[in-house]
Amino acid sequence: MSRKIVIPFGPQHPVLPEPIHLDLVLEDETVVDVIPSIGYIHRGLETLVAKREFTEYVYIAERTCGICSFIHGLTYCQGVEQIMDLEVPPRAHYLRTIWSEYSRLHSHLLWLGLFADAMGFENLFMNSWRLREFVLDILEETTGGRVIQGSCKIGGVRKDISNEKLASMAADLKGFEAELSDLSDVFLHDDSVKSRLVDVGKLTRTDAYDLGAMGPVARGSGVGIDLRKTGYAAYRDLRFEPVTETAGDSYARCAVRVRELFGSIDLIRQAIEKIPEGDIEVKVKGNPDGEYFSRSEQPRGELVHYLKANGSKHLVRSRIRTPTLTNIPPLVKMLQGCELADVPVIVLSIDPCIGCTER
Amino acid sequence: MKIEEQTTIVIGVEHLIGRVEQFRKGGYRLVQLNCSKIGEQFEINYCFEREYRFENIRIVIDFETEVPSISGMYWGAFVYENEMHDLYGVAVKGMNIDFQGNFIRTSVQYPFRNPSFQGEGPCQEK
Repeated sequence: MSRKIVIPFGPQHPVLPEPIHLDLVLEDETVVDVIPSIGYIHRGLETLVAKREFTEYVYIAERTCGICSFIHGLTYCQGVEQIMDLEVPPRAHYLRTIWSEYSRLHSHLLWLGLFADAMGFENLFMNSWRLREFVLDILEETTGGRVIQGSCKIGGVRKDISNEKLASMAADLKGFEAELSDLSDVFLHDDSVKSRLVDVGKLTRTDAYDLGAMGPVARGSGVGIDLRKTGYAAYRDLRFEPVTETAGDSYARCAVRVRELFGSIDLIRQAIEKIPEGDIEVKVKGNPDGEYFSRSEQPRGELVHYLKANGSKHLVRSRIRTPTLTNIPPLVKMLQGCELADVPVIVLSIDPCIGCTER
Repeated sequence: MKIEEQTTIVIGVEHLIGRVEQFRKGGYRLVQLNCSKIGEQFEINYCFEREYRFENIRIVIDFETEVPSISGMYWGAFVYENEMHDLYGVAVKGMNIDFQGNFIRTSVQYPFRNPSFQGEGPCQEK
């Protein structure tokens, strides 16, 4: 048996957009064990509930993440609305759904670009991000913000989208979908991509479920959990099935995200077709008193905002559990037995968002 | 409109392992663990789900009470248990991976147990 050595991976590494540290225990070139640790960008955002009133805390919630900020805001608002038993107008639910799916599109495209970059496929990286600009432009035109949208509020949304704009958004999706189709062909069928991803970082269905994998990590291993199926926002009115793959390798996780891009386009089209006329917010009276585990499907998986209130203007507790935190144990499992050269691709295949995770 | 029913059952810490074992045998997945400081006690939630049915069990403990780890049944629980330890100082016994306080590196020990920031007076009094 060869001698074991420990190689530190991260927190600074070309493939890591954010800092996570892994101690890789190696025998020759094979990873036999992994010890993860985080804590480089812990901000203590949750303690700000003591400083911000519950109506203001939505701004903090949105700033938990710079990629899926809208869904953080939605999940927080949804939690307070459930505690206060507020009936959000249907049009607001549909607008939230449309913005959520645009957020998913831009998050997945960002990830695809980073993933291509990790594989050394620079042209694919640039094309993914070029397409992402289309989505960011729509978000900016409809909410005013490319990164932080700020359009969700407790009781509804701050901004409406005119029916004319919705129609033009639906029309523009056609060209976007065609370009996306070309891009997805490369990710799904190119030999050089497959050679880097197929059979790399395998996670069985049983391990994925037992270790708490969520989002594309779980669905890439055949676990068809998708929190949109709980019917929050307008998802209860829309037709869709969770995208699943069964191979459980890096390619399967990539394929799930590629196919989800088209699923998001379909959901946006359905929402634009069905969106009802009406108000976009209800007035909030009083303070919340109670607790709720607000859950939603972020691009990376299940997001949980636990909110506890006592009838005052400040929440007693806000706890944010992001999908990356729950995908760390599955990551450890994926890395065990892999080659050292595959570690960057496998780490990126869970789409780690450490800013979210550390809050 | 309620999105989903959520049940919470408060149990004693001595019953924790038995209840978690039932969830494990029942095919539930672990959603999350989280700790809240309520007055001079910790309130710890253990959330589970099966086929979109969400259930929560809760223990309420004093600061010095030791909590048994559930990482023997749910291997991935170590991230939550280490987080509770690092942020609140909850003593968790028998974790499968114990980072000894180094999972989340903080400049202050147990920052959420005694937060230096308590909110602004005028803001709190609104």
